[in-house]
Amino acid sequence: MNNQYTRRDFENANEIRWCPGCGDYAILAALQRLLPELGLAPEKHVFVSGIGCAGRLPYYMNAYGFHTIHGRATAIATGLKAMHDDLTVWVITGDGDALSIGANHLIHCLRRNVNVNILLFNNQIYGLTKGQFSPTSQKGQITKTSPQGVSNEPMNPLTLALAAGASFVARAVDKDPAHLVQVLKKAYEHPGCSFVEIYQDCNIFNHGAFDPFALKENRPAQTLLLEEGEPLVFGPQRDSALVLQADTFAIAPYDPATAHIHQANHFVGAMRLAQLQFPDYPVPLGVYYQNLRENYTLTTDSTTQSMEDLRQLYASRTSWEQS
Amino acid sequence: MQAHVNANAVNHETIVIRFVGDSGDGVQLLGEQLTITAALSGRDVRTLPDFPAEIRAPAGTIGGVSGFQLAMADQAIFTAGESLDVLVALNPAALKHSLQYLNQGGLLILNEDNFTDKDWQRAGVSSDLLTQVAGEYQILHVPLVRQTLEAVAHLDLTHPQAKKTKNFYVLGLVLWLFDLSTEHCLAFIHKKFNHHKTIGEANEAALLAGYNYAMTLELAKQHYAMGELGRPQGNYRQITGIEAVGLAMATLAVRMQTPVLVAGYPITPASGILQEAARLKDYGVKLFQSEDEIAAIGVCLGAAFGGTLALTVTSGPGFDLKSETLGLAVITELPLVVVDVQRAGASTGLPTKTGQSDLRQALYGRHGEAPLPVIAAKSPADCFDTILEAFCLAVRYMTPVVVLLDAYLANAAEPWKMPNPEDVPIPLIEYNRFTKPYQRDEHLARSWNKPGTAGFIHQIGGLEKQGDEGRVSYDAENHQQMVTLRAEKINGIAKDYPPLEIEGDPNASILLLSWGSTYGAVRSAVSQSMEAGVSVALIHLRYLNPLPRELGDLLARYQRILVVELNTGQLCQLLRAQYLVNAESVSQCNGQSFSVSRLVAIIQESRLNE
Repeated sequence: MNNQYTRRDFENANEIRWCPGCGDYAILAALQRLLPELGLAPEKHVFVSGIGCAGRLPYYMNAYGFHTIHGRATAIATGLKAMHDDLTVWVITGDGDALSIGANHLIHCLRRNVNVNILLFNNQIYGLTKGQFSPTSQKGQITKTSPQGVSNEPMNPLTLALAAGASFVARAVDKDPAHLVQVLKKAYEHPGCSFVEIYQDCNIFNHGAFDPFALKENRPAQTLLLEEGEPLVFGPQRDSALVLQADTFAIAPYDPATAHIHQANHFVGAMRLAQLQFPDYPVPLGVYYQNLRENYTLTTDSTTQSMEDLRQLYASRTSWEQS
Repeated sequence: MQAHVNANAVNHETIVIRFVGDSGDGVQLLGEQLTITAALSGRDVRTLPDFPAEIRAPAGTIGGVSGFQLAMADQAIFTAGESLDVLVALNPAALKHSLQYLNQGGLLILNEDNFTDKDWQRAGVSSDLLTQVAGEYQILHVPLVRQTLEAVAHLDLTHPQAKKTKNFYVLGLVLWLFDLSTEHCLAFIHKKFNHHKTIGEANEAALLAGYNYAMTLELAKQHYAMGELGRPQGNYRQITGIEAVGLAMATLAVRMQTPVLVAGYPITPASGILQEAARLKDYGVKLFQSEDEIAAIGVCLGAAFGGTLALTVTSGPGFDLKSETLGLAVITELPLVVVDVQRAGASTGLPTKTGQSDLRQALYGRHGEAPLPVIAAKSPADCFDTILEAFCLAVRYMTPVVVLLDAYLANAAEPWKMPNPEDVPIPLIEYNRFTKPYQRDEHLARSWNKPGTAGFIHQIGGLEKQGDEGRVSYDAENHQQMVTLRAEKINGIAKDYPPLEIEGDPNASILLLSWGSTYGAVRSAVSQSMEAGVSVALIHLRYLNPLPRELGDLLARYQRILVVELNTGQLCQLLRAQYLVNAESVSQCNGQSFSVSRLVAIIQESRLNE
């Protein structure tokens, strides 16, 4: 472990403008806890964000930052990383930013496997614009633009990412910072595009949306921590497990013989986990899926051509010497 | 059969020929080889590949027509011509497509073998078309397919292979007609088909057969023979606007020994630049074909934040989609270049046709106050210099730059005297000049501080900035100052412009004012008017924002100012507003370039009305 850097190296003097009690503070703190551990100097990290409350995060990190426009952070980060592979690039986005206005860029960033870390702050509401429903708002959710309740199904960020070809898909909650730091570290270490959905409490417009499973006292019974090669076990006494029946997961008393073993390289397994609906099932947290495949970059081959090559290139089509 | 070409059809120094056939007929190759041969023989050449709007439409139908037009002259010319002296039509659809452009008395060469009843039917044209116009043109029916097959009968070829050599037969025929040597074309065939000896021999045989056939017929070549242009010595190539953009990017990368980025989403007619960039990987040109137009400019801006020179290319509809990101580039003051290859029409409009109707969008098409430099190339070869200049401006002033090209410039070709790549101007890049990112130099340009560098950490974004550090500011007074500052920075660019050149007669009372690809037609019209004794001045604008500082004073000297542009008068209205002059609009929006004759007539009329 490199202890050259401390949390202070990643903090700056900018005044933080999130509402008091916002889940974003916990995520910022988790990043500032993690980054010193990674051993990279602050100037080697770049935070690229879109629009939304989460989009402010780059201003609060002592690292290079680019607060861009709505939905485009993944595209802008793609250009930065593709041409500058030496930088560690973090994309900070939200449910509206990544899944509505910027969904196309997200899909293609995942498909290309650009080596950036995408942190999706999912609070299931438009907070910065003060409380309209978002693409992840739950059916029936009352918001300022859905006074009768949201009428259509929410988007599932994890199945979307998996279907798009993501090579790393994980989920964490703001209320469990220790686990969040672990997940972020795995995302950083993954050589490829990492997608992390973080359930984040908007304490003004959608307060407590995740409390039934995210609060410390609810987590043992209502969440399931995914560990590579370990059974899918949960419950205060770790006495319940997911077992595979036919093609779907069922909840059964824990039995080492029947409990399903988590393998993050198993695509169908990850899809099954991603489709589990709370409260019928506990919410799986951790790394759903990981596989290694080629990264997208444009910096692998450098310019080696000479002036003479350039001259020949000029003359390569329809050329003549006029005497 | 002998074609006696009517003398009044050819009493001009420029000869314009067009080949039209199916997309698969090889007319582009034939046109290119004729172009080089003409250039080598000392003529000035302008070419225009007129590709079909529907790619690979059914053979023999109007939609599938592919053409190549070449103008050659023994003096400097500026356009690929507007009416034809010679038309080579390989099938009825091709004839129908282009006959309207053939001058009265012009030479019409037809491929007799493809003018059967069935061919007329497929084209949906009645064979009466030919009967009706028989008296208006000199018509030469060539049994092209039969003659070609005979010429290569001694070689071991399949029927399709043998038939395919017919474009070289046509080339041979035309070479004789224009008094051009077969030497270059034979050398070309030899080189190109080095690995397919039999095909090479077949093409050679077809070429000579066509040449000899024309000689036997004694086609009236004296009418098409011309003198030589005094083109300066040097190495030349024929270059399209698309090729020029690609070569400019390769030059940047090789000169700087650092990769550059070209990003785009396929769109007509800008896609050609993406294809060109794909060939230039080894020269440091990195191509990113994006998921959409917004991503294309997004990756450029991201790369620019990292310190890379980046270009995104698009056409009208795609330019709309880039507006928001352009605004972000303006407020974050990052260098990047956007090329808009303008095409005709609102929305999808006429994707393959030309126009200059995106000027206002380039100047004003962003919310808030978001000024940026806009420059336009005047000819295909000029696209090379324009792209390099755009990058110089972008880096020097830390700003996005819009370059306006158009469908005509993209595809038309002209001879380009190849420069020494070491002599062309490229941007002087100096990263991390000041520790604070919004600290400014004497040009008001901010410091390009590169991520990855210790001591230069900063955060930028779309929110209004304050002071040297570029902190977010909601302050009213600060916003006013920043709006003014960004405008001053861009206006300051004009101090570096070279003085405006006045062509034609500077002391004339009539001034023609043009920008972009319109230059060719306007310049020709000015020359013709001057020769006819009508004095006229010409100012061609390269810089559309900011406008040259002396422009207002110059405009005030002229009694009449005619602003010639392929839109409804966008620059004209701007000049009237800015300088309070009575500029008049000469406007055209039919998807085509101006015809020289129309402009000559307008100049003539303006003088009468003085």
